[in-house]
Amino acid sequence: MTVFFGVGGALVVAMLMLVVRAALGPSVYDRILAMNSLGTKTVLFIALLGFLQGRPDFVDVALVYALVNFVSTLAILRMVENARLS
Amino acid sequence: MSAPAVVSGVLLGLGCFVALTSALGVLRFPDFFTRMHPAGKSDTLGQTLILAGLAVAAGASLVSLKLGLIWLFLTLSTPCSTHAIARAAWIDGKLPWSKGGGEAAS
Repeated sequence: MTVFFGVGGALVVAMLMLVVRAALGPSVYDRILAMNSLGTKTVLFIALLGFLQGRPDFVDVALVYALVNFVSTLAILRMVENARLS
Repeated sequence: MSAPAVVSGVLLGLGCFVALTSALGVLRFPDFFTRMHPAGKSDTLGQTLILAGLAVAAGASLVSLKLGLIWLFLTLSTPCSTHAIARAAWIDGKLPWSKGGGEAAS
């Protein structure tokens, strides 16, 4: 259990660094890259959260978040390239 | 401590190291294409190690099967999205950083 708390702390620190890069990022592509990596960290953190609470069923939520993260990254890229979504 | 706990602890520790160093790389590297490199590493090696550590901690059950599915989907999807971001930036005319301070000729 203590190991899981340590992993959660490390993931939170990594996510904070990525948020700083997304806030600073000179170009829009830096921001998209940081948010994509942040989404991956979030998937790991949700999966870990189930283990922390003793209810590992939360991995379903992590699976759905992984799907949404991929689609949202591609949608934002398409919007940046075309300046519209369709 | 039992053997699975030790194995999962080692895997989780290595995954934390990779995740932290890659986030530091994304924060500190000088331009977009170099930042792409640690981001891709955290998206493959870091998540593989952490998900493997969680699966070992869960044991052989439905939870570890779902963790395996998450790993499979992330391994398929994150190279696609990283490639899409790099291609979009290249088409937009961004050039890689070079040591002389200016931008490299393509």
